[in-house]
Amino acid sequence: MNQLARTALVLAGAGAGAAVLRKAASARRRAREDGERWMVVTINRAPTDVMPHGDPPSPLDEFGDALEITVRPAPGDRGTELAARLREPASPASASLPSRLAGKDPRQGVRRALREAKSLLETGEVMLPDAPPTGRGDTVGGKVVGLASRRAGGEGVL
Amino acid sequence: MRALCWEGVNKLSVEQIPEPEIRNDQDIVVRLLLSTTCGSDLHIIGGYIPAMQPGDVIGHEFVGEVVETGSGVRRHRVGDRVVVCSFIGCGRCWYCRNDMWSLCDNTNTNPGIGQALFGYETAGIFGYSHAMGGIRGSHAEYVRVPFADYGAFSVPEGVDDLSALFASDSVPTGWMGADLGGVKPGDVVAVWGCGAVGQMAARASVLKGAERVICIDRIPERLAMTETYIGAETIDYTSTDVAAELRERTGGRGPDVCIEAVGMEAHSSGPGYLYDQAKHQLRLQTDRPTAVRQAVHACRKGGTVFVLGVFAGAVDKFPLGMVVNKGLTLRGAQMHGQRYIPMLLERIAAGEISTAHLATHTMSLDRAAKGYDMFKHKKDGCVRAVFHP
Ligand SMILES: NC(=O)c1ccc[n+]([C@@H]2O[C@H](COP(=O)([O-])OP(=O)(O)OC[C@H]3O[C@@H](n4cnc5c(N)ncnc54)[C@H](O)[C@@H]3O)[C@@H](O)[C@H]2O)c1
Ligand SMILES: [Zn+2]
Ligand SMILES: [Zn+2]
Repeated sequence: MNQLARTALVLAGAGAGAAVLRKAASARRRAREDGERWMVVTINRAPTDVMPHGDPPSPLDEFGDALEITVRPAPGDRGTELAARLREPASPASASLPSRLAGKDPRQGVRRALREAKSLLETGEVMLPDAPPTGRGDTVGGKVVGLASRRAGGEGVL
Repeated sequence: MRALCWEGVNKLSVEQIPEPEIRNDQDIVVRLLLSTTCGSDLHIIGGYIPAMQPGDVIGHEFVGEVVETGSGVRRHRVGDRVVVCSFIGCGRCWYCRNDMWSLCDNTNTNPGIGQALFGYETAGIFGYSHAMGGIRGSHAEYVRVPFADYGAFSVPEGVDDLSALFASDSVPTGWMGADLGGVKPGDVVAVWGCGAVGQMAARASVLKGAERVICIDRIPERLAMTETYIGAETIDYTSTDVAAELRERTGGRGPDVCIEAVGMEAHSSGPGYLYDQAKHQLRLQTDRPTAVRQAVHACRKGGTVFVLGVFAGAVDKFPLGMVVNKGLTLRGAQMHGQRYIPMLLERIAAGEISTAHLATHTMSLDRAAKGYDMFKHKKDGCVRAVFHP
């Protein structure tokens, strides 16, 4: 290989390496940002119904001081925007796929509670799945779907 | 009790499962009288809709008798004969309040899966995968119905079970296509697909005053049925150039409203079919949009294309340029049944909409796997197989 080609390869390799590093850094930045982001649901009720005496609605009240909570009227007569985030931002590691699959991302509990609070305020109940379940995890596909379903209440893009 | 379970791609069997129970105060339990196949089930059976588990009970279009009510149920009593909307709506979120019931915020018990697929989750539906809640389906002896005050409707006296059955899903779906597609008196409407959904979209267009309604399919029994019971004209796409035929029948303009009621497993006669089918089977595209492409192509300038057929993900070679340059309105939706079912039951009672003819094959639940085989392969003129427990 001539000198030029070798230099080009080294540079290309370095470029790719730098790109990988840049990507990793931006992924870390995003994970940190995500940890601080508010999770929000819009509830089809007035702000005074959502936080009657300034107290967070059930089951968000169970988090005590661990959560920051805000409410504001939603535009266009759509009710109330209820937002919550952990005071102690979740570590970027907890947002990794394995930790989320294991149900160890603390934000899963917050998302679930936000959804439940919304459903309780709008309908008076949280719809439960059928019991006992009839779907089985005895195939690979079935196992994956079963795991995804167990986490689905706390996952998603709130 | 017995129930028809999905056991894997193209594998169905009747299994013994525990009876359902009331889980929430606003639930009822219904004893099935009749439950029917829907084209949407074929997408599940064929493995094109993901998120199914072996043992999942399928079926979502049904009529039954109330046998138990939760303490929060106001509008139903034990003994009521009810037709139940395939989509479950809570009745009180912003979407339900604005009559977009299939977008309900509170009935998909697996929101994370739906959000991963579509950005935002849709409402729950009976027997239609864990992405849509993993709720047990209706091909069984009993089924639990959540938010029953909003999703179960008493069947008027004088409407028999078989006629009421289709008010659960196919009639409101078809009606919605014509309604949200904006069909109005004087319009020319073209409908792709002469299954139950396409036929009902065509009938809705007739009742909304369309001057001509033209339906497209290839199956002779379905084309004949559409002419007899729906009062629409037909085109066999295997023997005719559909675009040219539509141009000729519409004075060179093209249809005002095009309703697609075929879905992601569309068939076609051109060489493009092999390309689409190969890509579909290799999962390089998740859906085959043959009929949607044709509808976009045929639609008049400034017209509307409404997609009723179910699509799950991404399609290839979509003629976006036609949408922009012809100034088309392109819409789609899963059915907002609660918005239409009471009105449709009245129309069925008044004889304005014929539905019982769709039930070409009625059989015991024990033979449901066989029924799906007939329905899927359109054997013996099957349009809908209907199961009684
Ligand atoms: N939007 C909703 O809420 C909703 C509700 C119910 C059903 N659906 C969907 O509607 C579609 C139709 O349902 P169905 O029960 O009538 O199904 P079906 O399988 O009985 O009917 C589909 C028809 O389309 C015809 N077809 C296939 N390729 C065609 C083509 N290229 N051009 C014209 N016709 C073609 C078939 O011959 C068949 O008669 C399915 O995709 C189903 O999932 C949607
Ligand atoms: Zn259906
Ligand atoms: Zn709702």
